[in-house]
Amino acid sequence: MGGLFAILWLSGSMTEFSLVGTVFFGTVLYAVLIFAVSSVVEGGRKAKDRLVTALVTTAFVIALLPLVSLLSTVVASGLARFDPTFFSYSMRNVVGEGGGALHAIVGTLEVTGMATLMSVPIGLFTAIYLVEYGRGHLARAITFLVDVMTGIPSIVAGLFAFALFALLFRDPGVRFGFGGAVALSVLMIPVVVRSSEEMLKLVPNELREASYALGVPKWLTISKVVLPTSVAGITTGVMLSIARVIGETAPLLIIAGFTQSMNYDLFSERMMTLPVFVYTQYQNPGSDVGAYLDRAWAGALTLILIVMALNLIARLVAKLFAPKLSR
Amino acid sequence: MSKRIVVDDLNVFYGSFKAVEDVTLAIEPRTVTAFIGPSGCGKSTFLRTLNRMHEVIPGARVEGKVLLDGDDLYAPGVDPVLVRRQVGMVFQRPNPFPTMSIRDNVLAGVKLNNRRMSKGDADELVEKSLQGANLWNEVKDRLAKPGSGLSGGQQQRLCIARAIAVEPDVILMDEPCSALDPISTLAIEDLIEEMKNDYTIVIVTHNMQQASRVSDRTAFFNIAGTGKPGKLIEYDDTATMFSKPSVQATEDYVSGRFG
Repeated sequence: MGGLFAILWLSGSMTEFSLVGTVFFGTVLYAVLIFAVSSVVEGGRKAKDRLVTALVTTAFVIALLPLVSLLSTVVASGLARFDPTFFSYSMRNVVGEGGGALHAIVGTLEVTGMATLMSVPIGLFTAIYLVEYGRGHLARAITFLVDVMTGIPSIVAGLFAFALFALLFRDPGVRFGFGGAVALSVLMIPVVVRSSEEMLKLVPNELREASYALGVPKWLTISKVVLPTSVAGITTGVMLSIARVIGETAPLLIIAGFTQSMNYDLFSERMMTLPVFVYTQYQNPGSDVGAYLDRAWAGALTLILIVMALNLIARLVAKLFAPKLSR
Repeated sequence: MSKRIVVDDLNVFYGSFKAVEDVTLAIEPRTVTAFIGPSGCGKSTFLRTLNRMHEVIPGARVEGKVLLDGDDLYAPGVDPVLVRRQVGMVFQRPNPFPTMSIRDNVLAGVKLNNRRMSKGDADELVEKSLQGANLWNEVKDRLAKPGSGLSGGQQQRLCIARAIAVEPDVILMDEPCSALDPISTLAIEDLIEEMKNDYTIVIVTHNMQQASRVSDRTAFFNIAGTGKPGKLIEYDDTATMFSKPSVQATEDYVSGRFG
């Protein structure tokens, strides 16, 4: 009973209502109560079963708490500026209140879209090579390098893209959106290769054999049997890899730079992206600090919503393309 | 449509391991030939060399000759893809393409090869092939449904329909009934009996009764021990093989005295 009082005291000691605290202590309280009630009503065996079930649930809730906390904070703080202005204005000539993130949203979509356009063919074809053709040393070397690439810190990818284009254009201050896309695809390719490889490996060999036995050449077997069978998984993998890179800040800060104005052209001038937008709003608040912080939160909320939309699309695509087993 | 297969002194290797040794036999057109023998004796491996499907396995290679109406399948310059269009194959486990409808599964040999075909011709081919596989009446109302929704026996007949839709000369069957129940097995066996009129059929089976029921000729394969290559022990008319085989090992095997 002492523990119960301690819990009540702890939750009571919080002066304001906290969603995270409520959920956490609620679960702990549930575990204690269900054990107590069950041991009285149902006996020891059932009570133990219920206690362990409750403990497992508590572990799950604890794992989930950061997410709940993060989402509730972002939604609560981000809704203040989640208005039409935010989605129709850039930050050009905006000091203090007003302004929006349209330039950052456009930048994020363009840079990430370009990165996807570059990474998916390279990653997918690498995966096809590894699964369908690769034998011996070359395949093993590629697998090893892909593993190494997975571990590249994002800032290094940014520096790589910056160094590459600074050397190519002999311009030590080079900044443009396409460079950001290159940096992001360095991060994205290994993820696409890994996930596509796993999905292609899941295609049963029997289907390949069935196709070969019909006198279908290997390349047609791959393009018309193996890929359609695994398209759902590959799409999910690609969407997850997009979600992985869309929130990158460091490489974009280096090579795409930041700006207050609209820029639709990937190949010239600085380009704003949402993570960098959030960062600059937070880092350089003007005289009206509140307005800047509100915009930063709204930017973060927008980013989360974009990632969520991508995940939903991925699930939808996976469902639409998945091999149908119904009669 | 049906062709004669002559195998001359064939050895099959997986890397440096010799899996099948010195097989010489002739398979007449419009007959059913059964390969029997214990597991691992190289029946399936040998069957696969008849349409070069063993080449899918890395390191597999062949020495010797396989003549299909006099044309060597292993002559230099022969495309394995073209060989497989003449020699079709049905596998142990039914494997219809899960992304395709029943109709598309039958047309897979045409569609996957990007060959164009008018809708009328395609309909005709689908009906003919499904009739040929005794499946038409069961699926004619749901041709657009996925092939994986059929029962195991129906799926296997769908795979046979798919194989005959490319109009091969020979059809190889690798234990086609081992994943099926007795009723479906009976359906497939009846089908083999009918298909014999048009094709050369080679079937691998572990079921002695099946071999004696469906085949005209039987080949018995055996291995001396693990790690040794499989050999063709005896090849004769099925009736002879099951009543008075000339080799003691064959008699032991078909009468169930060993293995």
